[in-house]
Amino acid sequence: MKLPILTALTAALLSTTALADEIWVTNEKDDTISVIDVETLDVIRTIETGERPRGITFSKDFSVVYICASDSDAVQVMDPNTGEILHDLPSGEDPEQFVLHPDNRHLYIANEDDAITTVVDTETRTVVAQIDVGIEPEGMAVSPDGKIAITTSETTNMAHWIDTETQQLFANTLVDSRPRHAEFIKEGTELWVSAEIGGTISVFDVATQTEKTKIDFELPNIHPDRVQPVGFEFTTGDRHAFVALGPSNHVAVVNAETYEVEEYILVGRRVWHMDFNRDRTLLFTTNGVSGDVTVIDVASRKAIKSIKVGRFPWGAAFRPTD
Amino acid sequence: MSGLGHALIAMRAIVTREALRFVHQRERFIAALVRPLVWLLVFAAGFRAALGLSITPPYQTYITYETYIVPGLCGMILLFNGMQSSLSLVYDREMGSMRLLLTAPLSRAWLLFSKLLGSTIISIFQVYAFLLVAWLFDITLPPLGYVAALPALVLAGLMLGALGLALSSFIKQLENFAGVMNFVIFPMFFLSSALYPLWKMAESSELLHDICAANPFTHAVELIRFALYVDFNGTALVWTGLATLVFMGFAVWGYDPARGMMTRKG
Repeated sequence: MKLPILTALTAALLSTTALADEIWVTNEKDDTISVIDVETLDVIRTIETGERPRGITFSKDFSVVYICASDSDAVQVMDPNTGEILHDLPSGEDPEQFVLHPDNRHLYIANEDDAITTVVDTETRTVVAQIDVGIEPEGMAVSPDGKIAITTSETTNMAHWIDTETQQLFANTLVDSRPRHAEFIKEGTELWVSAEIGGTISVFDVATQTEKTKIDFELPNIHPDRVQPVGFEFTTGDRHAFVALGPSNHVAVVNAETYEVEEYILVGRRVWHMDFNRDRTLLFTTNGVSGDVTVIDVASRKAIKSIKVGRFPWGAAFRPTD
Repeated sequence: MSGLGHALIAMRAIVTREALRFVHQRERFIAALVRPLVWLLVFAAGFRAALGLSITPPYQTYITYETYIVPGLCGMILLFNGMQSSLSLVYDREMGSMRLLLTAPLSRAWLLFSKLLGSTIISIFQVYAFLLVAWLFDITLPPLGYVAALPALVLAGLMLGALGLALSSFIKQLENFAGVMNFVIFPMFFLSSALYPLWKMAESSELLHDICAANPFTHAVELIRFALYVDFNGTALVWTGLATLVFMGFAVWGYDPARGMMTRKG
């Protein structure tokens, strides 16, 4: 009688130790990925990548991970279990950020040096389309229904709206200086675009492509020039946004209903991008200059730990391991 | 009644007297609370962005300056209270109530320890009142830290109280207390890790860093800091414990009518 219980307990113990979820962080200057165990909050693996890894995203089934190796001019496809690079995708020059279409097949890649957005079919490994956009494209987003893709261009200061059926631009909207990141929320009815130099987030109504409101950030004792919104992510139900404010070393918590900033949380230096754990109770922010990842407890809105990773951590992506 | 019974009655009487004195001096309590709060809410506000560049134990992540100085301000309360207690002893001596106390048929060390314990309990009460106000201003610590800090606060309180006792045996008159402020409290507070971490001190001067590292108040503050974050600092514990014994030794010697400073004062 005791044996089956013991076996079950052992199996449960083994499975929990083996199944701790992970956060994958690209280290821009080290050409590596640091893998953080979400339970222990320690780096458990370091994986070599191509040169200057920045954007990182997993396929929908988490069977492969895509990495923008910017200085290798490639999007690398890696087996997350072995860390082996399976193959490169044709990405155009200097890929920085990308987004995977809900069809789990097409990657929309911003090519910073060429002012184009490249659409790659990950199955046939071919370029499906190249769309001319503004100068220095960076931020990428696809609507949840997959019909609209967004590229933001840093120098043109625009959000470019792409029809994913025709792969043609159908609208361009001005945003503040140096737009860095874009996200669709509220079932694709709202688009948020952060502007690094402008220090704002513009909120658009997707149906009309018009600006609904603009969110400003103001930190006491910190010069406004240092308040540079970059990456942001939303809590469960799109209720709150956590916004990385670059060299101000803070993450802002914005109420996504009232568009008011509710809190600023101190993190490491030059906070850039972020991702949540599975149930969105913990947030992991990449802090480029201090070379660490700060873990924020979402409920209490407090930084609980900063974990040393490689040099200049840039992107972050969650990986469940079950 | 046994000797132990007598000793405990005496201790209770002395502690109660300290408590009564404290309760009757409401201004003293307010002053003791306002002093660290001014540092926390006014002084620290200007330095909000000054820290947060390096993570040192016991901190796990970047902290604001307000968070950093909380343990130092707990130490400040204990330090000022230790001195306040020393001041009250000088006053007792002038008023003659000390003669009454010291003629009790108990060991002088025991009487002094009772006095020390009384003032430490009062100090710790004020520290927790300060932590409560800090918490209301959203400067929070791990919940367990509030409990874990208690033994550290007791030891630090005893050390600084013993220092006050030792000093009081050397002070002839109340007027000389200003000198104690200038030559003991201020250097002890500013040349410690209460306001700036030691690595920050080392950036400006190695000598300054070494002086701060040798200051027993630094170790008392670090002991409290680690305990508040449910961490343990063995070095700080050893130094604070040693300093307590040394200061207590000086106090007992200073109050010994045969050998100490009391004889010279007649």
